[in-house]
Amino acid sequence: MFPTPIERSPRSWQITYQAFLPLALILWLLPLIAVAIFSIKPDTDFANANYWGWPSEFKGFTNYWLVFTASDMPKYLLNSFKITIPTVIGAVALSCMTGFALGIYKFRANIWIFFMFVAGNFVPFQILMVPVRDLTLQLGLYNTITGLVLFHVAFQTGFCTLFMRNFIRALPFELIEAARVEGISEWRIFWFVVLPLMKPAIAALAVLMFTFIWNDYFWAIVLTQGVESQPVTAGITSFNAQYRAAYHLMSAGSIVAALPPVAMFFLMQRHFIAGLTLGAVK
Amino acid sequence: MTQASVAENRQSSWWHQNQQQITPWLFLAPGILFFLFYVIFPIFQSFNLSLYEWDGLGKAEYVGLYNYEELYWDEAFYTSLKNNVVWLVLYLLAIPAGLFIALFLNQTVTGIRLYKSLFFFPFVISQVVVGLVFTWFYDPTFGIINVLLGSVGLPPINVLGDENWVTVGIIVAGLWPQTAYCMILYLTGLNAVDPEQIEAGRLDGAKSWRMLWYIIVPQLRPATFIAFVVTIIGALRSFDLISVMTNGGPFGASRVLSFYMFEVALSEYGFRMGYGAAIAVVLFLIMLAFIAYFLWSMYKEERAR
Repeated sequence: MFPTPIERSPRSWQITYQAFLPLALILWLLPLIAVAIFSIKPDTDFANANYWGWPSEFKGFTNYWLVFTASDMPKYLLNSFKITIPTVIGAVALSCMTGFALGIYKFRANIWIFFMFVAGNFVPFQILMVPVRDLTLQLGLYNTITGLVLFHVAFQTGFCTLFMRNFIRALPFELIEAARVEGISEWRIFWFVVLPLMKPAIAALAVLMFTFIWNDYFWAIVLTQGVESQPVTAGITSFNAQYRAAYHLMSAGSIVAALPPVAMFFLMQRHFIAGLTLGAVK
Repeated sequence: MTQASVAENRQSSWWHQNQQQITPWLFLAPGILFFLFYVIFPIFQSFNLSLYEWDGLGKAEYVGLYNYEELYWDEAFYTSLKNNVVWLVLYLLAIPAGLFIALFLNQTVTGIRLYKSLFFFPFVISQVVVGLVFTWFYDPTFGIINVLLGSVGLPPINVLGDENWVTVGIIVAGLWPQTAYCMILYLTGLNAVDPEQIEAGRLDGAKSWRMLWYIIVPQLRPATFIAFVVTIIGALRSFDLISVMTNGGPFGASRVLSFYMFEVALSEYGFRMGYGAAIAVVLFLIMLAFIAYFLWSMYKEERAR
């Protein structure tokens, strides 16, 4: 292990390290701590220029209550869920299939199709902006949740295929050969042999996709407008325009908007990290 | 045996013989179709569109390479291009910073797992929120930066209002989540480092820096590769932070190509789809150099297997 394990170092350094850890953490998370404190302050604190000090009184409930009752935030949140969940299901389903095809079968076009997915996934998405917006308009899906979901599914299939294919490559191939010898059809091999083994990969991808899609801002403002279809990332900017200089409400709104992916991360941490490392760093 | 069942039999045996050739295509079909229509074709459409003048509604007019000629004379284009380079260079600092934090946290003390996940926190949060908070930090009247500067007797600086500092200010905000990402990559990588090599290094008397450079870093290659890929892509895609923190200002000083493109094509500055597409093509070509390199590395690895 590197650096030298702390147990083997002198006692004084052990104590310094233990003391330094929480300090470093507070420093690192300062921006978040600031929003959290902002969100429980009364608005008089900001009028009295008490920005960075302790809240003069606890107004957390009032602020969050206002966010949920006096603004469009609940609607935006609901939209975010309506966009994120179908996208996650769609992209994971499609990539289970493409990953299976590219990971198990040997045919000449295999590597090129794989590279098409990988390259497409790396593309700066501004080059897709005008044509995709136009396509969505022509399909009559501009400013609808469906339009946004369809694009996200298609684009994320690139990354998901990369992930799934690498995962399936690492499975023991003998299993599939044994199944073929038994005369089991390819479709049944996918469904009964490979898919059950892919559960950890599916979990990892689902959590990761959830965060990516939830936090998307660019496509939200390109393909949607207004409260009937925009997700919370785009909603928070109009929320902020509405409550300009109402820092306590802006903070509370931001925290509400950030909470679902954070909860997802903490609940499914191990899967999340497996997903981030693309399964390449074992 | 009746006619029908013979035909069925023949059909099933044809399927039986060829199913290994056909199945992969059946599995690929929906994914490929989606991807072609939403990702691959639009790339070519953008190339084509960059040869037209189009407002998004009326008829497109073919103008040849005129859009590119206009780009050549466009001051704002060069500002954006320069900022893209600054983003690329400074954003890469996330990699050593992430390695440093990973080394700091790579210990086994009580509660270290919670520390690791809390350090990772910034990455999970939307860039819109990150941008918002950093805007408050930088605020010239009440921002904490200026409160601190004031307390040691220095004059306030308006980070986001100063043409020379604005891009750096935004990149610092972007480095926060990106460093967290690189950190987690390295933490996972450090788990896989071979302890025997470290022991051997210790016996040979390798001290910390030499040990890090000659023994640890080479073993972290896979993590470093992914860190490079995601950081470079992240730098070239930077849009959210700029949009939230400055909206390209002051006077367009914090624009990058991806933002300028959006501004030209979709904001109140006019709906010039062709010109926007030309900017996107330039951005794509820059990215293409990196994509080619990434694919080449992956290809070599595939062959080596």
